[in-house]
Amino acid sequence: MQPTDIRDPNYFHKVVDCQWACPAHTPVPEYIRLIAQERYTEAYMINWESNVFPGILGRTCDRPCEPACRRVRTEEKPVAICRLKRVAADHKGDITPYLPKVPKKKNGKRIALLGAGPASLAVARDLLPLGYTIDMFDRDPGGGGMMRSQIPAFRLPKDVLEEEVDLIVNMGVNARYNYEISSMKEMLDMDYDAYFVGTGAPRGRDLDLPGRKEVSKHISIGIDWLSSVAFGHTTSISGKVIVMGGGNTAMDCCRTSNRLGAECVTVVVRSAFDVMKASDWEKEDAMAEGIPILNNRPPKEFVHENGKLKGVVFGRVKPIEADGRLKYVPTGEPDVFIEANHILMAIGQENHCPWIERDLGIEFDKWDCPVIDEDSLQSTHEKIFFGGDSAFGPENIIWASAHAHKAAISIHLFCQGKDPKHDRPPEAVNLISQKMGIHEWSYDAEHDPSQRHIVPHADLKRSLDNIKVEVELGFDEDLGFKEAQRCLNCDVQTVFTEKLCIECDACVDICPMDCITFTPNAPEAELRTALTAPAETLDQDLYVSETLPTNRVMVKDEDLCLHCGLCAERCPTNAWDMQKSIIHIPQLSSYAE
Amino acid sequence: MTFVPKPKARHPLLKTNEIGLTRRDYEAIVSTLCAGCGHDSVSAAVIQACHELSIPPHQFAKVSGIGCSSKTPSYFLGNAHGFNSVHGRMPSIATGAYLANKELKYIGISGDGDSASIGLGQFAHIIRRKVDMCYIVDNNGTYGLTKGQFSATNDRGSTSKRGVPNLYAPIDLVSLAIQLGASFVARSFSGDKQQLIPLIKAAVLHKGFAFIDVISPCVMFNNHEGSTKSYTHVRNHTEPVIDASLIMPRDEITVEYEEGTTISVPMHDGSELQLRKLSDSYEPNDRVSALTYVQQAQEEGEIATGLLFLEEDAVNCHDILGTSDTPFNGLEQESLCPGVEKLEQINDSLR
Repeated sequence: MQPTDIRDPNYFHKVVDCQWACPAHTPVPEYIRLIAQERYTEAYMINWESNVFPGILGRTCDRPCEPACRRVRTEEKPVAICRLKRVAADHKGDITPYLPKVPKKKNGKRIALLGAGPASLAVARDLLPLGYTIDMFDRDPGGGGMMRSQIPAFRLPKDVLEEEVDLIVNMGVNARYNYEISSMKEMLDMDYDAYFVGTGAPRGRDLDLPGRKEVSKHISIGIDWLSSVAFGHTTSISGKVIVMGGGNTAMDCCRTSNRLGAECVTVVVRSAFDVMKASDWEKEDAMAEGIPILNNRPPKEFVHENGKLKGVVFGRVKPIEADGRLKYVPTGEPDVFIEANHILMAIGQENHCPWIERDLGIEFDKWDCPVIDEDSLQSTHEKIFFGGDSAFGPENIIWASAHAHKAAISIHLFCQGKDPKHDRPPEAVNLISQKMGIHEWSYDAEHDPSQRHIVPHADLKRSLDNIKVEVELGFDEDLGFKEAQRCLNCDVQTVFTEKLCIECDACVDICPMDCITFTPNAPEAELRTALTAPAETLDQDLYVSETLPTNRVMVKDEDLCLHCGLCAERCPTNAWDMQKSIIHIPQLSSYAE
Repeated sequence: MTFVPKPKARHPLLKTNEIGLTRRDYEAIVSTLCAGCGHDSVSAAVIQACHELSIPPHQFAKVSGIGCSSKTPSYFLGNAHGFNSVHGRMPSIATGAYLANKELKYIGISGDGDSASIGLGQFAHIIRRKVDMCYIVDNNGTYGLTKGQFSATNDRGSTSKRGVPNLYAPIDLVSLAIQLGASFVARSFSGDKQQLIPLIKAAVLHKGFAFIDVISPCVMFNNHEGSTKSYTHVRNHTEPVIDASLIMPRDEITVEYEEGTTISVPMHDGSELQLRKLSDSYEPNDRVSALTYVQQAQEEGEIATGLLFLEEDAVNCHDILGTSDTPFNGLEQESLCPGVEKLEQINDSLR
């Protein structure tokens, strides 16, 4: 194998699994350490800079970081990263001194943001400090987009949402609410310097089955129904409710129904339990509230009597793995009929832009999605950029933040007359030694073997009675500290300097996870089996040194390293050092000075 | 010295041995020796060897004297028996323990000060007595605990850290052991675990007195340019003469060597010790020729390593004395103290 190039920003970035998995590349271990030091405000600001909505995300994030967490591989359960983010938000102090300054004198460029969801808000936040004039249009009466209209208050209280939305709006966004955007041409006629389309994926999928038309008044599309609950238009639901679908919207629908007076709620899913789109914790929370989830039942027919819904007939299937993909085949058992008075359809969403005229130079692909450059998020119309769900289809809030940072850079480059794709600033990595003294490190190197701590919940009866009662209570400072200590500090890297090594083996002997081996060099596949412990996780890199005097190389399997620092602690020559990697993900704020 | 405790977490794919234990089960507390000390590598080799032998940790007894080396039994086999004795007196303790219980596996750890200076007499006599044990000397040629004076194994002309040369000729413990009748004599290097681990395994299984002189650099006081026991010097001047590998009954023989170069020695537990000659003229079963070879190499400034002398099926202490096969702790009161009548009988037989 070739020696590892640790100056490549991606190398150590990948070792910080959580940060690598986060679409916005939030430096997770860095803010978790700050939480452990009770420096909540700083921890919050680190989050705010990279993911823009720490309080909201600390409650609602899809958490791509958690399955990636190294603790899943070394122990079992990941660090409760998402809930720690909430700890930072819940306990923070005054953040105003840390906020970027928005210049009074504008730079003369006007940007239109279409939609006031997370993507648009984050673009506004990035652009405002550089003097841009921002006009934001949305059909809803307030900002926040789907965070406001689709996430129920028992998961995301209004005040948390409004605090973070208003923070950005109050930086100087000209918000035009209750503005139904009906024509892109009309928007282009307003002659902005650039446009950002962040209108989300606002159309819920429907299902055309026998009886659909006749019972249409008993069927609601999940996201529309949630939105009418959020804005207070719907305050109750009666009788028996079936929620069709297995995603997070389905989970929100069933739990909301449960709170609005449904006699009984059943979730019916076409697919198997394990492959449902909903996050595990959402499923767990729904089940904890007594809601049954029935799997492997594709709907066949809406049964009605003169337009009055009686229920739904479902088939019975079982999943079979064929060619590495799941296929569902009928089990042969008789169909089941489930009684229902109301159906909530939560089987997916689409980004849907009927208001964009197709003759403006904005190309659409065969799935009717806009054609967008992945690096710049620029459409085929040079002034128009896309982000969030409206770019590549339904994702989640954290992806919206990630898109927004990219788009903001693109818009800025475009407004400067530069190329949004090729003039982008590069990523970089800085390494800083954490050695403080002979046996002192500036991070808590000691490995904490404790199990993941459980977030306390509000009393079930109380929360079912009132839709505004937040179910999760969040960690208090004590539990937050304990959970923070579980973080392995994966950003404190083991850095090896060949020329200092005397090959005494001390690091090999002390490493608790058998990560380090000195062995003759070989091709990667061979090397992976030749180590002290086999390196079977192929997406985790091997760190390979230059050839040492004994004609061997040092090979470190990054997979299970606890970042305990014992290799560096036991190294007589400092050939090993623990160095914090700071990954610079380009953001517009670096242009602000 | 390390203050961060070694995490209990371990690699999920870590090998288990025949009795279901991982190497981690053969560890003990974290070493308090200097970072990079060769002795820690020796401890790691002992851990690995005992794990590979699949002997439960509690069937070992660790004995040691005084010095950096003699601290190391605290850092391996945490669940074994142990006795840290007076300076240079480990052999007496080991002899007594062995007489009381021959069923345990004895691992003695000593240093060049402990065995070649204050305990040289004890060292000579435990070899004479043929105690069945694995006796390891962590040999760094220096008194590390008292800040780096030359020890009795330090080569003449080798310098101290400040450049002052040693004026005395060294005591070579390997030559001494061969001469005094040890039945298993080996030399190795702490920085070469591939050689050291099979030697320790064979030494533990050997019935008789097994001696391993391990050159183990002192990173603090004897790992500089003028030293003949530094990592660099030893790596450049080692001459492996016999490569030993232990084939356990369950092991598949994967490497076949040319005929005539390999000597196969059956061990009492059914395993087989394969000795591969790396030097044509070397005879590991001939005491005189082995001794000559080792000393010649030394004259030339080379360090002969490997299993240098082996005499399998040698008599041991219990054979000579005809003492009890059953450990004392397993004997009934009647056998241990047969009473006045029996004493009279013995006395009469001697009159």
